[in-house]
Amino acid sequence: MSKTTFLGKFFGHGEAVEAEVQHEEAFYRAGQWQLVWWKFKRHRLAQVSMAVLAVFYFVAIFAEFLSPHDPMRRFQGRLAHPPTAIHIRDTQGRFRAPFIYGTEQGRDPVTFRPIHVADPDSIHPIRLLVRGDPYRFWGLFPTDVHLFGTAGEDAMPIYILGTDSIGRDVLSRIFYGGRISLSIGLVGIAISFVLGLLLGGISGFFGGAIDDVIQRVIEVLTTLPQIPLWMALAAALPREWPQLRIYFATTLILSIFGWTGLARIVRGRLLSMREEDFVLAARLDGESEWTIIVRYMLPGFASYIIISLTGSLPGMILGETALSFLGIGLNPPTISWGVMLQQAQNIMNVAHFPWVLWPVPVVVIAVLMFNFVGDGLRDAADPYMS
Amino acid sequence: MTEQVDTLSQIQVNDHHQAQKPLVETKALKKHFPIQRGLLRRVVGHVKAVDEVSFYVMEGETLGLVGESGCGKTTTGRCLLRAIMPTSGEIWFDDPKLGRVNIAELDREQLVQVRRNMRMIFQDPYASLNPRMTLLDIVGAPLKAMGIARGKELERRVAEMLELVGLRPEYMRRYPHAFSGGQRQRVGLARALAPHPKFLVCDEPVSALDVSVQAQILNLLQELQEEMGLTYLFVAHDLSVVAHISDRVAVMYVGKMVETAPTQELFLSPKHPYTEALMSAIPRPDPSPREKRILLRGEVASPANPPSGCYFHPRCNYVKDICRTKEPAFEEISPGHYAKCHRATELALSGVATLA
Amino acid sequence: MSGNEVIAEVKNLRTYFHVPEGVVRAVDGVDLVIKPGRTLGVVGESGCGKSVTALSLMRLVPSPGRIEGGEIIYYQSVRETSASSLSDIIDITRLKPNSREIRAIRGNHISMVFQEPMAAMLPVRTVGSQIMEAITLHQNVSHQEARERAIEMLARVNLPNPDRIVDNYPFQLSGGMRQRAVIAMALSCNPHLLIADEPTTALDVTTEAQILDLMRKLQADYNMAIMFITHNLGVIAEMADEVAVMYLGKVVEQTDIRSIFINPLHPYTQALLRSIPQLDDVMTRSGERRQLHTIKGMVPDPYTVLKGCPFHPRCPHFMSEVCDQVVPEVIEAEPDHIVRCHLYAPSPEEAQTRKEAML
Ligand SMILES: Nc1ncnc2c1ncn2[C@@H]1O[C@H](COP(=O)(O)OP(=O)(O)OP(=O)(O)O)[C@@H](O)[C@H]1O
Ligand SMILES: Nc1ncnc2c1ncn2[C@@H]1O[C@H](COP(=O)(O)OP(=O)(O)OP(=O)(O)O)[C@@H](O)[C@H]1O
Ligand code: SF4
Ligand SMILES: [Mg+2]
Ligand SMILES: [Mg+2]
Repeated sequence: MSKTTFLGKFFGHGEAVEAEVQHEEAFYRAGQWQLVWWKFKRHRLAQVSMAVLAVFYFVAIFAEFLSPHDPMRRFQGRLAHPPTAIHIRDTQGRFRAPFIYGTEQGRDPVTFRPIHVADPDSIHPIRLLVRGDPYRFWGLFPTDVHLFGTAGEDAMPIYILGTDSIGRDVLSRIFYGGRISLSIGLVGIAISFVLGLLLGGISGFFGGAIDDVIQRVIEVLTTLPQIPLWMALAAALPREWPQLRIYFATTLILSIFGWTGLARIVRGRLLSMREEDFVLAARLDGESEWTIIVRYMLPGFASYIIISLTGSLPGMILGETALSFLGIGLNPPTISWGVMLQQAQNIMNVAHFPWVLWPVPVVVIAVLMFNFVGDGLRDAADPYMS
Repeated sequence: MTEQVDTLSQIQVNDHHQAQKPLVETKALKKHFPIQRGLLRRVVGHVKAVDEVSFYVMEGETLGLVGESGCGKTTTGRCLLRAIMPTSGEIWFDDPKLGRVNIAELDREQLVQVRRNMRMIFQDPYASLNPRMTLLDIVGAPLKAMGIARGKELERRVAEMLELVGLRPEYMRRYPHAFSGGQRQRVGLARALAPHPKFLVCDEPVSALDVSVQAQILNLLQELQEEMGLTYLFVAHDLSVVAHISDRVAVMYVGKMVETAPTQELFLSPKHPYTEALMSAIPRPDPSPREKRILLRGEVASPANPPSGCYFHPRCNYVKDICRTKEPAFEEISPGHYAKCHRATELALSGVATLA
Repeated sequence: MSGNEVIAEVKNLRTYFHVPEGVVRAVDGVDLVIKPGRTLGVVGESGCGKSVTALSLMRLVPSPGRIEGGEIIYYQSVRETSASSLSDIIDITRLKPNSREIRAIRGNHISMVFQEPMAAMLPVRTVGSQIMEAITLHQNVSHQEARERAIEMLARVNLPNPDRIVDNYPFQLSGGMRQRAVIAMALSCNPHLLIADEPTTALDVTTEAQILDLMRKLQADYNMAIMFITHNLGVIAEMADEVAVMYLGKVVEQTDIRSIFINPLHPYTQALLRSIPQLDDVMTRSGERRQLHTIKGMVPDPYTVLKGCPFHPRCPHFMSEVCDQVVPEVIEAEPDHIVRCHLYAPSPEEAQTRKEAML
């Protein structure tokens, strides 16, 4: 491949010529990750997805501050409250800063179900940095400041996404749930990563009988059906375990399958790279075996590792949600998207308070975004492929 | 046979190269790859990739190595540097520090020392450079790993090497993707030359290049040889290229050396029927009608299951009964001209026809 | 050249690849004339568009490639076929891809042998079944007849034990045998034109010699036209009657085989010929080694659109203001010797006027 063909791969057609003039030297001096990044940047969808995911994780990290309420707080008299509409114009038609109307509990005259009726005279402006439910930020600093909300003791609380059947704020719960649901994948991946690298590395490097055993284990694992095995293992977890232990046990279960793909990749790349000319050249240059593995071979499949890992992330997020939804993964009082859905699984809820299903689109978006990022990475990850 | 081989180089030294001595010499070099089958990896046979090959390379000369695909050229070249551990045989090398040593028996440390002076360049200009390292790291790797230079001195040496092979020293912070095939081959050459070696194994260094680029690299190889007093083992399948660059040429067939002679002698009056067929098959860029070609029958024998007697007998146009049963010896036919054929002295074989 | 002695004619063919990185003008105004019973050799450096020209003739250009202009005229009447639905003169570029006409032409009239013999055969089916398929696709014969035909073809290409090889899988054959089987497949329908794209590049010299010999014999038997693509000038000298030299998507010189070697006109052809090691030189020299001639610079990358003559940055006879401004026209510098180079323009003034006219 000639140099501009190569250049074009990273900056598009018209840009290629320009880029050649402007960034020629920068391009020639660009290392692997720089090239990967340039190529990834050309993948619009992946980039947008990456930004969306960044927002998701940001929210999960600062959940206490960003959520308007304590996710455990039950608002008496506001059970299954629908999302509070935000207005900027009052009944007289005057514009004012965003506000919400206070609501009164009433009964539907026809069905006699409890409903929440807005009171046009009770106006509660939305404020930034308001005092609300006390919390400990990251479990460390006690405070009660929230990013937004309505101020005052008897102000109408804001429920952007409504409350659930026992009066807890859905938005706050989604924010907190993201902590568990989004991190469980990452922890699972970390475990897969260590297992995959280690077992794949041993398999590829030593070969022989160890290799055979590991390969057979992988084959057996990959032929097992994923969801039923997860369910069996999750169901076997003692209910009385503390939340934290259940959490780690679940990640372990989720990563049972994650590492096999990675181990295969690592082994395959090791085996094929051992035969590469540049590895032989390094050996003849007098490089030690360790240097050859770390400096020559590992960077060569680092990108494959990333692809494999981002590929298994969505599966793990879905796995957690599915297990918790079925009531065999995490369970209350832990908050996760799966737990929220499990508590919403009631035809009554779906029919009358559809807003408790908000975790569904959130999970779907998270999984989709991970898939798009994965696609972008797959294309960008090996910038040296022709 | 081994005794006879022992004296090969001596004769050569006495008769032709008074001042010179062999830099590299192999004696009955053998590499057999096991063929494994089944779950238990039982060895069911051997690929005799290199089988009792003996040759020598004089200091400052280029020995061309030719032969059909799979005849063991690469394996031979790699055995010399012990990139592949030979099954048996000796590889003698005249190391400036260690003296005359048998590479097949060196320990790790000595091997590193010897590999300063014996280096290799590869066929594929893309696969042989790590795409993730800059030229500085690639060309500097042997200097660093062998403890020859580091830091500023390393950079200076790398710059000097790049300049030597016709690349600008400013390029050293660039990655291989900035370069074309021919330029990459120059980088590979710079890496090989970095520790100032005496001997280079060139495994088809121009086969992957276009004709015009090939000429540049061949010229560079010749210039460097003169400047630095290098010795080459030059593997190639293009016989015109081999003829152009080599002082002597060795011909292999199915893991065996079948003929060695000075270039002109080998091309003009080959002594082995396989060499004759090879010469006759060279496509010549010359439209004048040529005399009838010697076409070989059948297929190249498999090194896993070679024929009896002379390996070439099933395809040979001059085969006699003895050829089918007895393996011919690798004998000196005339001074410096060796052939492995029962009928080497009696046959009048034709070489390449020249216009002159 | 009258239509009678021409089987196919390529006129100003342009095949471009529109890739995200830019437009690759792989074939950019190629003219070729192919005659029955003769071999047209096509030489040129890697990437100059030899294969894409061949694929255009077969209408097999892979996407994102497209024939952008020009004509490929196929003269059907040269060798009349019995029951054919095709008209006498067909412009292949106008046929719909995958239309009935182009499929009838492919295999039946024009067939192709590729560089990589493995790629042309499916690894999972026997050699025989693949040849038989090629036969039954174009001819109305029974299974048994097709099999006999296949064995006959394998015998024709000098494969030993054809009745056994017919049931072998491609991987059971050596490289040379496989290439012969591929040739057998290509010839199984008596094509009028055989396009051979570097059919021997992957083979050893002795095997190459066998295959070249075989192709010459088959050509004499069938009176086939051959378009022989290679980058090896030696092979061209052996095989071709006429030669077209390509550089960056253009034919820069075309003439008969003797003239190209004895009297090359285009500076690129001249440089190319000088840069290959000559056996004669080696055999007659004594002592001193000779340096090879080289062409300065490198082939530019495929996205660059050079003004003027594509060879001008590397040309030793470069005339500034002319070569870097005006695209050289096709000039018949000598009878039947065509060259695209300003050196052979009737006069430099004329080139200059042309340039002014263009500006
Ligand atoms: N690691 C290996 N294991 C088993 N067999 C091998 C191995 N390496 C090479 N061989 C076999 O040894 C023989 C010689 O191979 P080698 O690569 O030396 O040939 P070569 O002359 O360099 O061929 P080419 O011209 O195709 O490069 C071949 O038959 C090959 O299949
Ligand atoms: N599928 C494709 N997509 C994009 N570009 C292509 C494609 N096929 C060929 N090209 C480009 O078209 C140009 C001509 O290619 P072509 O294969 O015809 O060259 P060639 O003369 O046959 O070279 P070689 O001797 O290497 O076979 C090259 O620049 C190549 O990069
Ligand atoms: S020994 Fe016999 S078979 Fe072998 S090359 Fe000589 S003549 Fe031919
Ligand atoms: Mg080889
Ligand atoms: Mg091609």
